[in-house]
Amino acid sequence: MLSKNQAKLFFLGGTVVFFLIFLVLSAHTLSSGIPKKTHSENVTAEVAAGKVLFDENNCMGCHTILGEGAYYAPELTKVMDRRGEGFVKAVLSSKTPWTTTGRKMVAYDFTEEEVSNLIAFFTWIGQMDLNGFPPEPDLKK
Amino acid sequence: MKYKSQKVAYWFFALSMVLLILQIVYGFIMAFAHAGYDGLHEIIPFNTATATHKNLLVVWLLSGFMGAAYYIIPEESQRELVSVPLAKLQFWALAIVGVVAVAGFHVGWWEGRKFLEIPRFLDYLVVVDILLFLGIIFVTIFKGKEKTTTEMVLAMGLFFAALLYLPGMIWFDNQSVDSFFRWWVVHLWVEGVWELIMGGILAFLLIKLTGVDRELIEKWLYVIVGLTFLSGILGTGHHYYYIGVPEYWLMIGGIFSALEPLAFLGMALFAFAMYRKGEKNHPNKTALYWTLGAAIMSFAGAGLLGIAHTIPSVNMWTHGTLITAMHGHMAFWGAYAMMVFAIISYAMPLMTGRKLYNTAGSSYAFWLSNIGMIGMTTAFATAGVAQVYLERKVGMSFMEAQMAIEVHFWVLIASATLFTIGIIYYVINFFQHGMPTDEALVENID
Repeated sequence: MLSKNQAKLFFLGGTVVFFLIFLVLSAHTLSSGIPKKTHSENVTAEVAAGKVLFDENNCMGCHTILGEGAYYAPELTKVMDRRGEGFVKAVLSSKTPWTTTGRKMVAYDFTEEEVSNLIAFFTWIGQMDLNGFPPEPDLKK
Repeated sequence: MKYKSQKVAYWFFALSMVLLILQIVYGFIMAFAHAGYDGLHEIIPFNTATATHKNLLVVWLLSGFMGAAYYIIPEESQRELVSVPLAKLQFWALAIVGVVAVAGFHVGWWEGRKFLEIPRFLDYLVVVDILLFLGIIFVTIFKGKEKTTTEMVLAMGLFFAALLYLPGMIWFDNQSVDSFFRWWVVHLWVEGVWELIMGGILAFLLIKLTGVDRELIEKWLYVIVGLTFLSGILGTGHHYYYIGVPEYWLMIGGIFSALEPLAFLGMALFAFAMYRKGEKNHPNKTALYWTLGAAIMSFAGAGLLGIAHTIPSVNMWTHGTLITAMHGHMAFWGAYAMMVFAIISYAMPLMTGRKLYNTAGSSYAFWLSNIGMIGMTTAFATAGVAQVYLERKVGMSFMEAQMAIEVHFWVLIASATLFTIGIIYYVINFFQHGMPTDEALVENID
């Protein structure tokens, strides 16, 4: 029968081994995996400024991006492909809450520069290799 | 209650109760918005409500864990806490940071990172507060007569929870890297080190409530927390599938996520085996209900509903939909909220000397909140499955699909009302106990 010391060894040994494996995989992912998959060379000053705006305004509090966030407003990973630049610009620079799709979006009234930074950010996100996400609707007629 | 300093736990438990009520209020605001009624949009837009709802959850659970530690550590170490004034200072610091953070969310003072919305400046204050808390706990353990496995597992959980908060404070330009490290905090908390805290509290309660030999309980505690890390660390991979990482995470995340329910199953079997083995007929059945209930609901919510959507081929369709909310609600409730309720139900009669357990109110609290939570989870599941089918499979637009599933949010609101009535019963019972008193020391029983 398992003794308390053996159980302790199982806990400590297992934790150390699996944490080390996790660290090695993380190091590889961060050093070469993510840079390749996300084309990190395309993270320009505009893209980075767009991300700051995305965070500062907690866009993830309603939308999802890369499938992460809240589930109240549309997924934004492929928003540039889906809606096009004109539509996205109109939403971001609207001075009144955007309501055409049935729910209200905060009227951010972004400046032209801010809109262009956010569009650069969404364009960069849309070009990532996300292992097949978001999937194409396979039952669409 | 054996030591006067244990009374400081009361303040943390009381803060938990108040913040929980506030969290539920914001939950209703979100549910009504989903159902098409967002009348508070101008004052509390959805992103404010969700940041507040999620962060109140984190803060009230942390406050509950801290209260649990201040109650458990003196009893396990067999000595008073090293400093009650410092523990009270730490309490007020936590409460003030929590209130400022929540108020800040209403004026756009936040970071848009799910679960970690507290702005950077307040993060530093959180770190100082946690360091003070850990200092009090570890010095007490160090100076104590005993260093038990139960308290060491609990203290390790609290220490690593603090350590893992740090990766979430680093700024990255790359959204994928940012997400990668955000999960170091969120996943390794809830499916890692918080389970040490849960396991520590569970072991303490089982020792007290069942009378089973400590050595036996602590041996199985090691096995369970061992299983947690064995599956949970690499299980982080299920958050990485589709955020811009190499494909090997699909296989690794899939395999280890499939193992994650084992730890929760182990915890449930362990709790029931100890309950059946125990010969001590402890009078506080309410605490026993919450303890065993936590073991079952965490297996259902975190274990089964987790694996229901972390298989990569399933997650491809469900990622970023209400299916995640289904899993999240019952997992947090079963694993952490119910465990905090269990330790509060156990400790309050002993700290105040008022044996307000096994009352009609305490039964209503348990059953209504659990039935309500099962209803809420079912509503999220139905809405989520319909969303996946309509939006992801058939190709309806996001908003068309949302309009089609609005009805499920009325089921959510009805279930949440039941849940809330249960919580109100619990909170009333809590405050009916009154304040802790030194007179309770004479009733020096477990």
